Amino acid sequence: MGKAKSAAARTRGAGAPAGAQGGRARPNPNPFEVKVNRQKFPVLGRKARHAVGQPGVSRARAVHKRTQTLLKEYKERDKSNVFTDKRFGEYSSTMSPEEKMMKRFALEQQRQHEKKSIYNLNEDEELTHYGQSLADIEKHNDIVDSDSDTEERGTLSAELTAAHFGGGGGLLHKKTPQQQGEEGEKPRSRRELIEELIAKSKQEKRERQAQREGALELTEKLDQDWKEIQTLLTHRTPNSENRDKKERPKPDAYDMMVRELGFEMKAQPSNRMKSEEELAKEEQERLQQLEAARLRRMRGEDEGSEARKPKHLSADDLNDGFVLDKDDRRLLSYTDGKMSIEEEQSREASDGESEEEQGEDLSEEDPENSSDPDGHSDLESDMDSEEDCGRPNGEPRQALGKGTTSIGHRAQEAARNQLPYTFAAPESYEELKSLLSGRTREEQLVVVERIQTCNHPSLAVGNKAKLEKLFGFLLEYIGDLATDDPPNLRVIDKLVVQLYNLCQMFPDSASDSIKFVLRDAMHEMEGAIEARGRAAFPGLDVLVYLKIAGMLFPTSDLWHPVVTPALVCMSQLLTKCPILSLQDVVKGLFVCCVFLDYVSLSRRFIPELVNFLLGILYIASPNKCGRGYTLVHPFRASGKNSELLVVSDKEDKATWQRRGLSLHWAYGLKAQNKTEANHTRLSCLAVCLALVKGCAQFYSSLPSFYAIVRPLRALLMEHLAGCSHPPELQELCQSALANLEEPEPRCRPLVCAKSKPEPLKLFTPRLVKVLEFGRKQGSSKEEQERRRLIHKHKREFKGAVREIRRDNQFLARMQLSETLERDAERKRKVKQLFNSLATQEGEWKALKRKKFKK
Amino acid sequence: KVWMRHRYRSCLNRLQELLVHSSFEVKELALSTLMKFVQLEGAHPLEKPKWDGYYLFPRQLFKAVVEGLLSLEDDCSLLLARFREYLEHDDIRYHTMQAATDTVGRVTDRHPEVPLTFWNNAFTLLSSVSLPSQERGISSFYVKHGELPRTWKVVHLKEHRKAFQGMWLGFLKHKLPLSLCKKVLVVLHDSILPHLAQPSLMIDFLTRAYDVGGAISLLALNGLFILIHQHNLEYPDFYRKLYGLLDPSVFHVKYRARFFHLADLFLSSSHLPAYLVAAFAKRLSRLALTAPPEALLMVLPFICNLLRRHPACRVLVHRPLGSELDADPYDPEEEDPAKSQALESSLWELQALQRHYHPEVSQAASVINQALSVPEVSIAPLLELTAFDVFERDLKKKGQGSVPLEFIPAQGLLGRQDDFCAQHFTLS
Repeated sequence: MGKAKSAAARTRGAGAPAGAQGGRARPNPNPFEVKVNRQKFPVLGRKARHAVGQPGVSRARAVHKRTQTLLKEYKERDKSNVFTDKRFGEYSSTMSPEEKMMKRFALEQQRQHEKKSIYNLNEDEELTHYGQSLADIEKHNDIVDSDSDTEERGTLSAELTAAHFGGGGGLLHKKTPQQQGEEGEKPRSRRELIEELIAKSKQEKRERQAQREGALELTEKLDQDWKEIQTLLTHRTPNSENRDKKERPKPDAYDMMVRELGFEMKAQPSNRMKSEEELAKEEQERLQQLEAARLRRMRGEDEGSEARKPKHLSADDLNDGFVLDKDDRRLLSYTDGKMSIEEEQSREASDGESEEEQGEDLSEEDPENSSDPDGHSDLESDMDSEEDCGRPNGEPRQALGKGTTSIGHRAQEAARNQLPYTFAAPESYEELKSLLSGRTREEQLVVVERIQTCNHPSLAVGNKAKLEKLFGFLLEYIGDLATDDPPNLRVIDKLVVQLYNLCQMFPDSASDSIKFVLRDAMHEMEGAIEARGRAAFPGLDVLVYLKIAGMLFPTSDLWHPVVTPALVCMSQLLTKCPILSLQDVVKGLFVCCVFLDYVSLSRRFIPELVNFLLGILYIASPNKCGRGYTLVHPFRASGKNSELLVVSDKEDKATWQRRGLSLHWAYGLKAQNKTEANHTRLSCLAVCLALVKGCAQFYSSLPSFYAIVRPLRALLMEHLAGCSHPPELQELCQSALANLEEPEPRCRPLVCAKSKPEPLKLFTPRLVKVLEFGRKQGSSKEEQERRRLIHKHKREFKGAVREIRRDNQFLARMQLSETLERDAERKRKVKQLFNSLATQEGEWKALKRKKFKK
Repeated sequence: KVWMRHRYRSCLNRLQELLVHSSFEVKELALSTLMKFVQLEGAHPLEKPKWDGYYLFPRQLFKAVVEGLLSLEDDCSLLLARFREYLEHDDIRYHTMQAATDTVGRVTDRHPEVPLTFWNNAFTLLSSVSLPSQERGISSFYVKHGELPRTWKVVHLKEHRKAFQGMWLGFLKHKLPLSLCKKVLVVLHDSILPHLAQPSLMIDFLTRAYDVGGAISLLALNGLFILIHQHNLEYPDFYRKLYGLLDPSVFHVKYRARFFHLADLFLSSSHLPAYLVAAFAKRLSRLALTAPPEALLMVLPFICNLLRRHPACRVLVHRPLGSELDADPYDPEEEDPAKSQALESSLWELQALQRHYHPEVSQAASVINQALSVPEVSIAPLLELTAFDVFERDLKKKGQGSVPLEFIPAQGLLGRQDDFCAQHFTLS
């Protein structure tokens, strides 16, 4: 079958070589027409586009096309009249033939309507299908009728057609015998017949119309009825319920209960309650995770990179395997810290616990500390011993604290009862201030607490923003409290907890507000520095902000959006603010403490701190020889403030006792008498020495520790040499010096990390994406695109020129053939003429000869 | 006529007395009147010119005016600011320079202790003299003259320069107070040195200033450098003195940027001996242990640049075959860089700074952990860095994700018990 077909195709192809479409669709062309472009050598993967060509076919196609277009044009070149097909949409390619037909029909109808409808009284024009109105068909009204109709109509149409198309008598005779009879009686003319037909059909039409109208009416009525019923049906359910309710206005309590129980959530099986130990364990695990995250941040690794390459070396890694040891150590020491904290909490919670327990706590801690594998333990024990020596002072303080807390509890209870239970969140700082001002410490605390609980973000939508604002207001309030005279530090102490809670809820906004206050402080200082080259120590509020920032955010991170600026701020305080009074000394020492607390976990190095402590030691040193150290900026080797902390009164020295410095000094508390001032000076020196010791412990692992503390050591020696300090201070000096003079670790020369060796050049082929074969590679994408376009343009141009040339050739050929044809015609005509003339001549001669013969 | 002359003289005397009047308006009026007289007297000289084209300027009168301006008691800076307008004119400027030289010389001869106000006044006047840079610029004269013969000294820039140089040298040869010395040094390199006829004459002053020490030495460096660089000055022990200048205060003074810019220039030569560069690098890194973060951000790339420039110094950060040492062989007290044994040391200080609290500093210090990259880092943008800039940059930096929080709950203002704050401070 297939063979036969292909054979047929071939024959057809052979028969019609010039067929335009035939050439393309033919699978098996005539071998004599195929021209093969031989390739010189085959290239793998190259697609040969013009391997096989059919010149004959394509030439024929081109000629055909030209005869259709160019030749036509040529022939009509002198003709001005044009044939236009004015049928609707004849040349529009967008319309489908059906659409065209529809439109044409509509137009036709319109035309007729315009002309005739004026006289057409009884009928509206309507569309029909098989004579039936299309509207009716759409409505599907009377299906039963339509059947009978069709029969009738069929006959009618047959009659009609017969009449219209001149069926004459024969057809009618056969079809209807009745009519045959009538016709037989009275042979009517065709015209009459048609008129009769028309009348008949009209009558029938009228009847049908009446019938249809009746049916229509009936259906409409039915529809209406149905609608009524339907409305009844749809409204039925609510109606019925209403009725039910009317019947039963008060449902049974029991029923209610049953329903409620039915709808209530079934009790789900839940996890069992966790025991105390499990809870503690979970908490500890959580804390350990948090601690691990903190350590990671401290080393400056982010979580993603941690997951990908756990061996990542951080920026401050020393490349000596130091981190690994530290890891364990930190975790251990941390757990200790945590445990002690928990104990502290519990201790604070239960007031009635005795001090023996505390002692036990400490003794419990000690073995754990000593089990620490690193030098951290001696730090702890040092601190313990420090505490011990400070015990006589510390104890009364604690006792005092306890007393106040118990009193505070009572006061708090009272405050709780007195205050209203709901507070609107303050919209402005003034509002908060008016809420808090004039109240006692406990009341203020309760107010802030209640504002928080009343506006918990889970209660309403806008509460989040309100509480975020509250944080800023509280911060401002704290600043105000710190700058008050005297500063209300106890309230701040309590409010810090609230701040911490708020900060846990809204870290971003909290960090923004803290950044804002820090920026304010720095801006002020920068202005002063630009104007005068130095700045005064800022108020207590800035110091308090710095401390709070350290408590709200992790200070050990390598980089932190709040902590890093705070560190820079403190560095500025220590380097740019000259020490002019005792108050400045206290402030500076407080900043030093905060600074050291910031780096207490990460043990980062703070040059400014060492400088500042050196300066403080210098101004406290009675006999300076000035060898082995150099003071830097805020301190001057000579000047009116160079002996600010020197105490020369023997009696004051004897009566001095070591105790914590009061922050009120930082505010500008004036000493009552000289003795008190001198005592404060000695306390400052004590704090300074303790800080020196802390620094020494922190930095003893630094590679150039010896160079860092050299000036400090020189000054301490001077202090000791004087022997003018109270014995306690002398001891402190001694221990600090001992810490500073720890045997220097041996200096290992620095070695860079080995860089990866450069790989040798390999002879692997370079892989380039091939966009187009036969084109030059290696240029940029744009360049390639440009070249491709140029090439294309060139080819198109050539092609166009060729086409034009061929058109001209074709035309010339046509003209030539025309001329030849014309000439041949003329020749033929001339020949004919000659012929006729010759015949005439012949005839005439023959006649003449005849005549002559006669 | 003689009587008229007498009245004129006494009028001038009165006006000169008024130059030290308490009210500024009076002083100003007196000054402008005197200057008007100067102009008129120049145009219509009291004496007949000896020959045609003889240049006459009321020198006596003008000298008296300048003397009045350089008062011994009062601060005349406002009046001098007013006088500055007249200095736009070339002849006034020329004669001012001459008169100022005279006055300074006379005052210092007469008084053994010259008050500070005089020096300040003199400096204000001297520093407000600025010479034009081109010969053609000399064309505006306060005292109008018909033609300008070439014989006049006033029309030649060379003469101006000579007068300028004489004035400054006369001023600077005296022992100036330190604050004034600083002021002079600040403007020396761009408003004095280029206009001197013979700049190398400034060497006396510069050497003296360089030996003072501290900030003044830093400032004198600039002038010295210009002399060495452009005028072939041979200055022995230049680098040794520069090395001596490096002390911890370098990072805290106002002229830090200028100093390090110059130091960068001085040490940019690749022909410096390795021991010298190593000594500088070691000294700088030793000092970096006391520097604030903004200075560290500048000096750490500076040190690394030194190491890059001088591959022989790379042993400071990379000594694979070195043996362990008991102590740092570097001697910080030694003043001679050649004897400081810096080449045998290593930059452990940078290693310590890798643990600096500021992340950028520790990052900058960690560069030495890897082999140093070849291209030098430009420190020009870092020179003017202030702590406030660093602070602002830190504030603006955005971390990804939310802000990490402290997980140990806060208990009070002073923090936990083992915190330093809680140990050493009390609230009451």
